[in-house]
Amino acid sequence: MRDGSGEDNNVAPSVYSHVSRPGSHRYKNAKKGLPFNLMLVGESGLGRTTFLNTLCERAVVPPSEPPNPDQAHIAEPMQFKHYAVDMDEDGMKIILNVIDTPGFGNGTDNETCFNQIQEYLETQFDDVLSEENRIKRNPKFKDSRVHALLYFINPTGHSLRQIDIELMRRLGNRVNIIPVIGRSDSLTPRELVLFKQRIMDDIAAYGIPVFSFPNSEDDEDDEETVEENAELRAMLPFAAVGCEEVINEDGRPVRVRSYPWGVVQVDNDEHSDFDRLRYVLLNSHIGDLRERTQNDIYELYRTEKLSGNTASAASNPTADATQSHATMALHPRSVAA
Amino acid sequence: MTAPEVQDYVGFDTITQQMERKFLKRGFNLNVILVGESGMGKSTLVNSIFSTHLVDSQGRRTAQEVIRKTTEILPVTQTLDENGVRVRLTIIDTPGFGDQCNNEGCWVQVIKYIKDQHAAYLERELKPQRDRIINDTRVHACLYFLNPGSRGLRPLDVEVLKRLTEVTNVIPVIAKSDSMTLDERTLFKRRVKEEMSFHRISVYPYSSEDDDDEDRMLNASIRELVPFAVVGSEETIDVDDKPVRGRRHGWGVINIFDETHCDFVHLRNFMLRTHLSDLVEVTAQRHYEQFRTSQLRQIKELRAQQAAAAAAGGGGGSGSSQPPVGPLPHQPMAQV
Repeated sequence: MRDGSGEDNNVAPSVYSHVSRPGSHRYKNAKKGLPFNLMLVGESGLGRTTFLNTLCERAVVPPSEPPNPDQAHIAEPMQFKHYAVDMDEDGMKIILNVIDTPGFGNGTDNETCFNQIQEYLETQFDDVLSEENRIKRNPKFKDSRVHALLYFINPTGHSLRQIDIELMRRLGNRVNIIPVIGRSDSLTPRELVLFKQRIMDDIAAYGIPVFSFPNSEDDEDDEETVEENAELRAMLPFAAVGCEEVINEDGRPVRVRSYPWGVVQVDNDEHSDFDRLRYVLLNSHIGDLRERTQNDIYELYRTEKLSGNTASAASNPTADATQSHATMALHPRSVAA
Repeated sequence: MTAPEVQDYVGFDTITQQMERKFLKRGFNLNVILVGESGMGKSTLVNSIFSTHLVDSQGRRTAQEVIRKTTEILPVTQTLDENGVRVRLTIIDTPGFGDQCNNEGCWVQVIKYIKDQHAAYLERELKPQRDRIINDTRVHACLYFLNPGSRGLRPLDVEVLKRLTEVTNVIPVIAKSDSMTLDERTLFKRRVKEEMSFHRISVYPYSSEDDDDEDRMLNASIRELVPFAVVGSEETIDVDDKPVRGRRHGWGVINIFDETHCDFVHLRNFMLRTHLSDLVEVTAQRHYEQFRTSQLRQIKELRAQQAAAAAAGGGGGSGSSQPPVGPLPHQPMAQV
């Protein structure tokens, strides 16, 4: 427990972790498993699928055959690919539902990608909305609202590109966006620091809503948590390096990327933020991400929708029908997951 | 039949020295265009190749800078001197290329610039009173920057490379190859070559009938390397008290001149030490000639049409008194 008792309850949940971190026992749904819906967005080549495989410690996405050369000029339309992985994180069972978006940003014209993702996110909200309004609810209802979206940024070293700004701006109030730098081993330590600063400057300047590790509103967080949140905020965006090569170092398995000039250790905090990010997603902040989705983000959508926001209402005629049957007495409580 | 051996020393073999002297006096022009999204390492690479800070990166580095909405063409000219040989080096940067959400047509300005230089040269060539030496602004080489990590060519790359290879010598490179393992590079190069072959994208160097065995071998070894996986750097790092041009990562130091680290040395030798004059020559003899032929044909057709129209119009209007049509800018070209 993080009760500051001084007892060392640190765990190393991942067998590759270099650092052991405090176990988080906020969620003890040991029996059924806690669902966590994670979306991965980014241009191809930034390490999305490698990240997923590294996160789950196995080849969740099988290596695919590259398309034939005659397909090179064709921009595959963006798809939503679903993977369900059972994870055990420090005794806590998690049902990790991943939505990958291959094809994002690969075409010559990428304007439609944003709308597609927005529609996907809102459809999950609509499903919950109509389920809430049912007289007899389905106890087996699966809540598919996306709890976090990892957005992979190209390691240019410059400031954000138009596609980065557009995506995060348009979707920031529909999902917790956590910006990640893909292939971060392309940057030297100094370049990485500058790059992170530039990105955060842009995020502030453009008013882009990203998940910023907020402290809980009713001040119930202890000092440790507040400090931790500040530390994580300062690490944004997370520098991700993923890999699928494991070597043996003194009997310990170590995940690496081997270059002629050196070896990058994926789980080493000095080489990448991967381990920290994994911990945030599956351990320390899984609760916050879920709660913020179900409470703040969903509620905002619901209010917009029910108060007759023409843009979202018009696109979903069935929801209108439900609306007319809804009584005001219904509590806007999130559906139990 | 072998050429007869000269008996006494005649001395015409000194022509190479005579040419060299003339060349030294005159110097030469070298024009290189950089095409690739921002952040691909264009400026750093070109500054590394010439070991001089020639161009500043045009990438967005502060939140205050506005995002470019179109592709700009930014030529920067400097004169470099090496052992008495002067080169007027023009680097043409293309900030904004490929940086938008919708990149349709982002290549138009680039192709137009290249063709404009051919057109300008043609115009000066066709002048009744022309300069003894025409200032050559034609683009001799295009460094095309590929995105590391992609599986191969992207749709945008295919579209642009098809058009670029028709008007200039294209050299594809991966400038930030330090995030690709050696295996990944091998796979990537193989795929890119397959895709270029399928889409009939022919990059420099080209084969020619004049090639001898040595040329053919050299060209073959260069073609093996394409696209060049390089790393650029303007920084010198201390490694065991020795200066190294490279990049210092947390897990090691990249030496850009180390052949086991990247292809930088091969790219530089290829561009400057073995194929420099060929780049200039091929631009004139292949790309410029193609442009010239199609332009002159178009002018001829246009004149024929006008003559026919004038004849049909029976001398009315302004048809008969029109002055001869000079070389047109290349707008009549339907496809850019």
